[in-house]
Formats: sequence, structure tokens, C-alpha cells
Amino acid sequence: MALTTPESLTPASTAVRETTAATRSTSPRRSRYARPSAGSQHKRKSVLLTAVMVVFLIYSLLPLFWLFVGSTKTQASLLNSFGLWFSGDFALFDNIAQTLTYDGGVFVRWLGNTLLYVVIGAGGATFLAALGGYGLAKFNFPGKKAVFAVVLGAVAIPGTALAVPTFLMFSQLGLTNTPWAVILPSLISPFGLYLIWTYALDSVPTEVLEAARMDGAGEIRTFFTISLRLLAPGLVTVLLFSIVGTWNNYFLPLIMLSEPTWYPLTVGLNQWNQQAQTVGGDVIYNLVITGSLITIIPIVVAFLFLQRYWQSGLAAGSVKA
Amino acid sequence: MKSTHRTARRVGRTVAAMVTGLCLVGSLAACAPGSAGGAKTGTADDIAAALQEKSTITVWSWGTPVQAAADAFQEEYPNVTVKVVNAGTGSAEYTKLQNAIKAGSGAPDVAQIEYYALPQFALSDSLADLNDFGFAELEDEFTASTWGNVSIDGGLYALPQDSGPMAMFYNKAVFDEYSIAVPTTWAEYTAAAATIHAADPSRYISSDSGDAGFATSMIWQAGGHPYTTENGTDVTIDLQDAGAKEWTEMWNPMVQDGLVSPIVGWTDEWYKALGDGTISTLLTGAWMPANFESGITESAGDWRVAPLPTYEAGEAASAENGGSSVAVLEQSTNKLVAAGFVEYLNAGPGVQLQIDGGSFPSTVADLESEGFLGYESEYFGGQKINEVLVQAAKDVVPGWSYLPFQVYSNSIFADTVGQSYENKTDLNTGLQGWQDETAAYGVEQGFTVNSK
Repeated sequence: MALTTPESLTPASTAVRETTAATRSTSPRRSRYARPSAGSQHKRKSVLLTAVMVVFLIYSLLPLFWLFVGSTKTQASLLNSFGLWFSGDFALFDNIAQTLTYDGGVFVRWLGNTLLYVVIGAGGATFLAALGGYGLAKFNFPGKKAVFAVVLGAVAIPGTALAVPTFLMFSQLGLTNTPWAVILPSLISPFGLYLIWTYALDSVPTEVLEAARMDGAGEIRTFFTISLRLLAPGLVTVLLFSIVGTWNNYFLPLIMLSEPTWYPLTVGLNQWNQQAQTVGGDVIYNLVITGSLITIIPIVVAFLFLQRYWQSGLAAGSVKA
Repeated sequence: MKSTHRTARRVGRTVAAMVTGLCLVGSLAACAPGSAGGAKTGTADDIAAALQEKSTITVWSWGTPVQAAADAFQEEYPNVTVKVVNAGTGSAEYTKLQNAIKAGSGAPDVAQIEYYALPQFALSDSLADLNDFGFAELEDEFTASTWGNVSIDGGLYALPQDSGPMAMFYNKAVFDEYSIAVPTTWAEYTAAAATIHAADPSRYISSDSGDAGFATSMIWQAGGHPYTTENGTDVTIDLQDAGAKEWTEMWNPMVQDGLVSPIVGWTDEWYKALGDGTISTLLTGAWMPANFESGITESAGDWRVAPLPTYEAGEAASAENGGSSVAVLEQSTNKLVAAGFVEYLNAGPGVQLQIDGGSFPSTVADLESEGFLGYESEYFGGQKINEVLVQAAKDVVPGWSYLPFQVYSNSIFADTVGQSYENKTDLNTGLQGWQDETAAYGVEQGFTVNSK
């Protein structure tokens, strides 16, 4: 009885396989039902809607195309050729090399800063959101409703509106003009917390937690070994939101930082752009454009790889809310 | 026990906050550890002595030539470390300065501030009065117009860094193509604008999508005095005075008939338009040649400089457009060194280093020097451009001043006068709206505003 031989396992696994087969065998039948509806879907295909979608697609892709075309041009040909097609020498690689080395390689420094802010800021925000959201979803304590109200209220306040008050506070603490001034506010993500909260309500069964408690696992162990894994898809969504938010963060670092050595890419690139407006300043639009292209590549890659989590996470939030 | 402890801590914190608050309200020097460097006043000897001691100052400036001057300064005074930081260009820097001033810490020792923004910082006591360091005697070294810009309400709040007497930069190739003589009056200028646009509708004599700096400079040239400030808080605004009306009467048809291009200045599109002949004149400050050379390479050799056209034939009148000054912050704990650096930068060896970097100076001796006047610019076809530009500096109409909240006011220009540009309607309506909103803001800020 206690000894389970490989053979004794076989019937069970066969059963599983049979179940899968059964599930699979239902699908042709389902698709038979589905066929008429697929036909009606075909009829419903609207030329107008498709056209609108195509317009939106072009609208979204055109700036990216312009960016790419622009980054293959030299500063001179950038200004005297048509913007949406290639012209003159293919200077992309030269531009990339210049972007990375201009002004003592400050672009690389900005890239490093952005990565630092993203890894610590977005990573920390996700972790804190997981702790808070899980706690609020799975534990009852006095004042929970008040916390709920505060979190919901915080979602409604744009970070930009808080930038200046935060600056004044950080200035008292002596934190302005340090990386902490960007990282600390990035750690707070009320929206992420709310998302994890609603996600945890569904995906972490209270029975599982009770079972773990019965078996003597402490709350912290339960959280890290069981709940965190169940929360994974929600976490990825929050992580993506935070990464995109931190990567694109402009106003906060603009307000907080005065030394270019701590700038993230967004603020640094704008400084390069403004150089064209200063007396005797180098006009380096080609580097601004190439720098922008380099800046968006990592975020595009991250989005493409993680987009299915993004979608499922969005759906989770919308259904529960 | 616990609650007592907490209360005690809270009281402690409150006291600490109150002390900090007191430090903010009172003079900073009283709370800062007393040191010679923190002195609020000093003679030339005090400054010279302070420069020999070990110290570090931070300078906020977006102008590239400042770094060269800072390097030379540190070579001469090896004990002083000068950190030049580009904290943003123009209003981006002012936002940071304003925040740091409000917070009570984080401001640099020295900052570059454009003339139009200087009164805002000067009248809010954010800047050190350089009269306390004996800089009043430097007056004769600077042009009257730039000195006038840094002398505010009896104080001296900065030293002029560069200047921007306006001139007309024109594309000679385009003018020759249509056989247009170089306009000397605004009547000739508007006629030339019509000729160019009629001959080739894609071409314009200039571009103006509504720019506060340009509008105020044009009112200045026309003899307007729309802003006056007395006792630091009594402000009079009259954007419908004779000068303002003279300008709008001339410029209204240019905007309404579409004779000026709506291309926004300082964008890549604008650089492109200046390069390919779409825009054939530029009415701007004397600091522009360096930007021509670095940014508008396509039409090198085609451009020339002429005096700004005037309303009466034979009359000479110009105005300042742009240009910066360098100030010492009240927050600085090292004002002697900071003042020493400002003097070195703008009235000492730093001036020539900045000229080499493309600046148009504000010091009389440099403007009058033979080397400067005789410089033949290759970009401008060998023309001795500085002869024209220096004459423009002398022709600047005296008596102009900006508002003590000009930075904010300029930021709402697009919402008011910008609408007139956008809809091609009467600029006077826009100016009136601009005046009303500016006055309302001034009142909110505690000024006594007389809006005419």
C-alpha cells in the first residue's frame, strides 16, 4: 500500500491522459457548434472598423518609423531631406557610436541610471505592492476599509501633482539631487497594490492558506512559498506597469535632480535637445533621435515578451473591479 | 510608557521643525556655522583672501563657454573647486531654482539667469546684492542697456554675462533672387515680406508663432515701456502704450495676411527652414552668429547682418533680445568666493574665454576692441558682422524693465497672445488678455498691480 511502484502509477497517469484526450475530443464537437458563429463573425467583419484599425496602426507606427529613419541620417541630412524616407549615407551605426561617446559617454551613464531606477524602483514597487495587496486581501484587521479608501484615493492622484510637495519634503530630508529622490517615490504604486489585492482575492484560495497554517507554516513562509507563486501572473503585470512608468518617468527626476550625472535617459535626452537653443551650443538632433531610439528598444522588447501577462493582468483588474 | 515615549518624540520633532522654520524665516547666516566665507558683504581684499582658501562652489549654467572659464579660474585659484552644472536651460533651470529657494536648501552658489527672469529672483530677495561686494564701480565696464537690466530697484543683483542687441540677419541669396533691397524701415520690411511670399508661397520673410521674448523686445524697440516696478511691489502694466500699439500696427498685417511662417522657433523644422531658404530673415539678438555656424550649415555664406529696421527712415533703434546675467544666490554659504567667480567670469579673464566660445559680450572694452570689431566672419561671407552688432548695442532704446513675475507671465503668452497668432486676429486683443491674466497673477502673489 505504502509502496507505489511505477506500474501502480500508470493507471492514474493513463487516466490523466484519457482526460486530456477527452477534453481534446470535445473540442472538435465544440468547434462544430462554433462554426456557424464563426460564419456570423465573418459576416460581421466590418470594412469600416478594419479601416479605422489600419489608421490607428499607421498612427501608432509612423512615429516609430520616423524615429528609425531619422536615426539613420547625419545632422545635415536630417535637416535637408524628407523626414519619412532614407536619404544620404546610412549613418545609423555612426550615430549610435557618437551617441554612446558624446560628452564623455554621458548617455551610457544615463542608461545606467535609468536601469538602476527601474530595477530598484519598479522591482521594489512590485514587491511592496505584493506584500500590501496580499495582506489586504487575505487578512482582516480594524481600519481595513480606511486603508482601502486611502489606496483608492491615491490611485486618483497623478504623481505629477505630488512632485513639488515631495520635492519640498525631500529637500528637508536632504535627499534631493540624490538617486533616492527618484527611487523612493517610485516605490509607491497604489495602482499596483490595488491590482494585486483584487488578484489575490481570486487566485489565492483561503483554504490553501488554512491548510498551510494547519501544517505549521508561518505566515511569512506561506507568503513566499505558496502565495507569491500563485500571484505570479499578477506580479508580472504590476512589474510591467512599474517598469514602463519608471522608464518613462520625466517630471519627477526633472524636479528632483539638478546634476546631469544622476539624470535618467528621459531628462538627459531633453537636455541634449535643448542644447540647440543655447548660445554656441552644438546642435545634435541626430544624437537626440538616435538616443531616443536606443531608449525605447528595451521597453519595446520587454513589452513584446511579457504582453500576454499584461493582457491577462488587465483583464483580472477589470473583471474584479 | 509607550505613549509617553511617543509624545516625547513628537514634541522633539515639533521643536526641530520649528527651529528649521525659524532658520528659514530668519537670515540663513544666523543659523549657519559662522565662517568668513559666509560673510554677506566684503571688499575686494576680502574676496581675494577668500579665493586663497579651500572651498567649493556650485555654478548652474547651461552655456557651454562657462566651463572653459571655470577651468581657467581653478588654475588661477587652485584651492577653489568650481562645479559647473547644467541644471536645465532657461525656464527649466528657473523652476529648479524656485523650488530650491522655496525649500531653503539645494540652490547653487552662482546661477545663470536671463535678463527677463532676473527681477523675479532679485525682488524676492533670493539673490545677493552685489553692491555689498563693491561691484557698483564696475558700472562703466558694461553697456548701459545690460547694466540697466541687472540694476533693479536700487540693488545690483547680477553681472551681465552676454547681451543680445537685436539685428536683422538676412539670407542675401534669397534677397538677390527677388532683387529686394535690404529693408531699413519696417514699411520696406513688410513690403519685402509680401514680395517674397507672392513670388513663392512656400517662402516667408520670417517666422513668428508667438514668442513672448520677441514680442516684448519688439515693443521695447518701438519705444514702449509696458512694465514699471516701484518699491519692489508696485507694478504697472500697460501693454497698450504707444510703443506696443506701434508694433502691433506694423506686425498685425504680417500675422493676419500669413506673411510670417508659423514654424516654431528653435525646433528642427525651424533650423531646416533657415537652411533651405523657407525663412529668409531672422530678427534676433547678437548672440545668434554662433548658432548659425553650428546649426545652419546648409546656407553658410548666404547670410548677412543688417541693423534692425526702424519705424522712421534714418532713425536707429534696437532692443535687447535674450542674453543672460550671472548672480550669487542668497542661499550661498560662500558668497565671497561666489562673487569672486562672477567677477572673474563676467568682468575678468572669463569674458574673452566666453567670446572665444561664441558669446556676444556686454563689456564695453571688448565690444570696442579692434580685434572684435575687425573680425571677418567666413560664415557671413567675410562681413565684419560685429561692426553692425556693436552699433546695435549702442542703439538700444534705454529705460526698459521687465516684470518681477516675467517668467510666469511669459509662460502664459501662448494661451493669450498665442491665440491671436493662431486665429490670425488682432494682436492687441491678445495683448490685452495677456495683461489681464498677468495682472491677476501679480495680485495673487501679493503685488499691487496697476493694470492700465
